[in-house]
Amino acid sequence: MNILVCIKQVPDSNKVEVDPVTGVLKRNGVESKMNPYDLYAIETALRIKEQLGGEITVMTMGPNQASGVLKEAFAMGVDHGMLISDRKFGGADVLATSYTISQGIQKTGSFDLILCGKQTTDGDTAQVGPEVAEWLEIPSLSNVSKILELKSGSMIVEMDMTHDVEIAEIQYPCLLAVEKDIYIPRLPSYVKKQETKDREIRILTIADLEDQDEMHYGLNGSPTQVQRIFPPEVNTHREVWNGDGDELTAKLLAKLKELKFA
Amino acid sequence: MGKLIINQEKVGNIQDLISICPFGALEEKDHKLQINAACKMCNLCVKKGPKGAVVFVEDSVESIDKDQWKGIAVYADHIDGVIHPVTYELLGKARELADKVNQPVYAVMMGHHIGSQCEELLHYEADKVFVYDQEELDRFRMEPYAKVFEHFVQMIKPAVILVGATPVGRQLAPRVAAKLRTGLTADCTILDINENTDLVQIRPAFGGNIMAQILTPNHRPQMATVRYKVMNAPERKEAARGEIVQCHTAAEVLSSRVTVLDIIPKEKEQYIEASEVLIVAGRGIKKEEDLAMLEELADLLGGQVACTRPVMEAGWLDSKRQVGLSGRTVRPKLIITCGVSGSVQFAAGMNNSEQIIAINKDENAPIFKTAHYCLVGDLYEIIPDLIGRMKESRSAGISSLAAAAAR
Ligand SMILES: Cc1cc2nc3c(=O)[nH]c(=O)nc-3n(C[C@H](O)[C@H](O)[C@H](O)COP(=O)(O)OP(=O)(O)OC[C@H]3O[C@@H](n4cnc5c(N)ncnc54)[C@H](O)[C@@H]3O)c2cc1C
Ligand SMILES: Nc1ncnc2c1ncn2[C@@H]1O[C@H](COP(=O)(O)O)[C@@H](O)[C@H]1O
Repeated sequence: MNILVCIKQVPDSNKVEVDPVTGVLKRNGVESKMNPYDLYAIETALRIKEQLGGEITVMTMGPNQASGVLKEAFAMGVDHGMLISDRKFGGADVLATSYTISQGIQKTGSFDLILCGKQTTDGDTAQVGPEVAEWLEIPSLSNVSKILELKSGSMIVEMDMTHDVEIAEIQYPCLLAVEKDIYIPRLPSYVKKQETKDREIRILTIADLEDQDEMHYGLNGSPTQVQRIFPPEVNTHREVWNGDGDELTAKLLAKLKELKFA
Repeated sequence: MGKLIINQEKVGNIQDLISICPFGALEEKDHKLQINAACKMCNLCVKKGPKGAVVFVEDSVESIDKDQWKGIAVYADHIDGVIHPVTYELLGKARELADKVNQPVYAVMMGHHIGSQCEELLHYEADKVFVYDQEELDRFRMEPYAKVFEHFVQMIKPAVILVGATPVGRQLAPRVAAKLRTGLTADCTILDINENTDLVQIRPAFGGNIMAQILTPNHRPQMATVRYKVMNAPERKEAARGEIVQCHTAAEVLSSRVTVLDIIPKEKEQYIEASEVLIVAGRGIKKEEDLAMLEELADLLGGQVACTRPVMEAGWLDSKRQVGLSGRTVRPKLIITCGVSGSVQFAAGMNNSEQIIAINKDENAPIFKTAHYCLVGDLYEIIPDLIGRMKESRSAGISSLAAAAAR
């Protein structure tokens, strides 16, 4: 089984704010980490490999520093790493990101299974996975919460669809976006980290891709454009009540009655 | 559309310029300023840097003919004919947008044996409902549904497509968007439309700390997903208006490499989204047993208990009860937060609630920016007392009723 896992490096904290006056982004502490949801995708790949054998490749699209998350994946037991990186990919929205990733995947080899996390904590769209599958013209399933059976040409999975649980069989090659808690991700191992310290990471730039038309990547390849950013609105009707517990309770009860809840 | 170009002679102090970039995408190499792959094309270096140091060069693009694309279309999300209420919310929004630009509202529904259910959409002011009622569409399967969606778009050419961010909508919309090579904005919280039919899409970014206004200026259709309970639910109109248009795609193109083996309804749970009153437990609740008092208050007010992420993580309540960015979006008539600090990630999931009452010891807690009534105090002094008084006035009410009845 040849498995590819798409992972992303995200800011460690969400302490990003907009200065309400200047409209400038303030980023306090640009520490980065692996998108937590992608750990579940890696763990899923490792479990499948333990059962069926094969190889696992992790890939990420991002700046050079993003190779840190590939190394972290090595320390969890992943075999190969690939970084898709080029200044020309900057400003990519979901369509351009998924196109770039699909171009990279096609250059890397053929995979029976592609795994994605549920969503990222920065982009937070849960859209990249399904769009990658569309570009590659392979079937996809999201919300995968259990792998029930691995067959030779297909697999049976369970999906958590909020109001019901769906069981479906999907043929390889395919893409799955897995839920948090599908398996508990293992911790990176120190031994593996040492062993893989010098492992090579393959880097792909636009020059390595099949389609080298700059208009298809980054900002140019993005149908959606951010026009402006601004801080969230704060509410204007506000009453602050101070006092001891007794007074506050009395006021609260009166308000609940006035609003016809009590 | 375009690229950034650096004029080294105008850069001046390189480090000053580097510090402007919030993404670490500017770096110094051989005493020259460089842009690396971390660039998000936010253009801050162009706007805030020395004049002319970094310039944005626009590429000319062929513009599309926007007049070819008309109408605001809504995807009718359903399971076995039971329409998800987010569909009605989106129809309400679609009507508002359509009226602004004087265009029709469409709905598209695909499934099998949905003949009578699709008529319900006509009570929500859809001008036309396009229905694909075919055996192959019995259950949601990605490939045939995406194909049918594409068929609909090519036939009708709507300017805008709105899809509910349900488990189905969240995966169907991106596949359709990629098929159509167009933009898709996830989880919009505000939608508006410009005169030239450009959809103004506003969504939280960076975990809700920032709102981003997004346009799809040169692509059609424009696609957006919206979560349940974000838009207002319109009234159901007594009279149906508009028409049903039966559509069909050739069965051969509806093959799928996925087979649905079973759909097992989950045990009927109570959804916090459906509750008109919510009592939220935050980390100000000291121990698991204390949730009982919130349950009691919720019962008295006819509501349910919800929680913040740390309370869910402690295992005290199920993740389905978590409100917020990584939890559920709720919009009850009344929400009382107890010992909740009010992080942006939490507030993003509840700030549309009609009445927000917050109890917190800390007068500087951010929840007080979101709340309408801010009780600066100890929840352990307020909640038990409130419960006591409510019970008292209730039994007093009952006995006076009884007394009146006896007279
Ligand atoms: C990407 C991301 C997504 C996230 N998504 C979510 C999400 O969906 N939902 C969510 O909730 N969080 C989410 N978080 C976490 C969020 O940032 C906060 O950490 C969390 O909401 C805090 O929960 P809290 O208010 O219960 O706890 P705290 O922040 O610890 O606040 C407890 C409050 O209780 C008050 N208090 C203590 N004792 C009393 C008392 N006796 N009486 C009255 N007040 C008292 C304190 O003054 C304090 O303000 C997310 C974080 C990230 C980074
Ligand atoms: N830049 C990226 N590089 C690799 N994988 C990504 C990237 N962005 C998103 N993904 C994958 O797509 C999933 C959904 O991301 P998103 O649509 O941003 O919420 C993530 O969990 C990753 O598996």
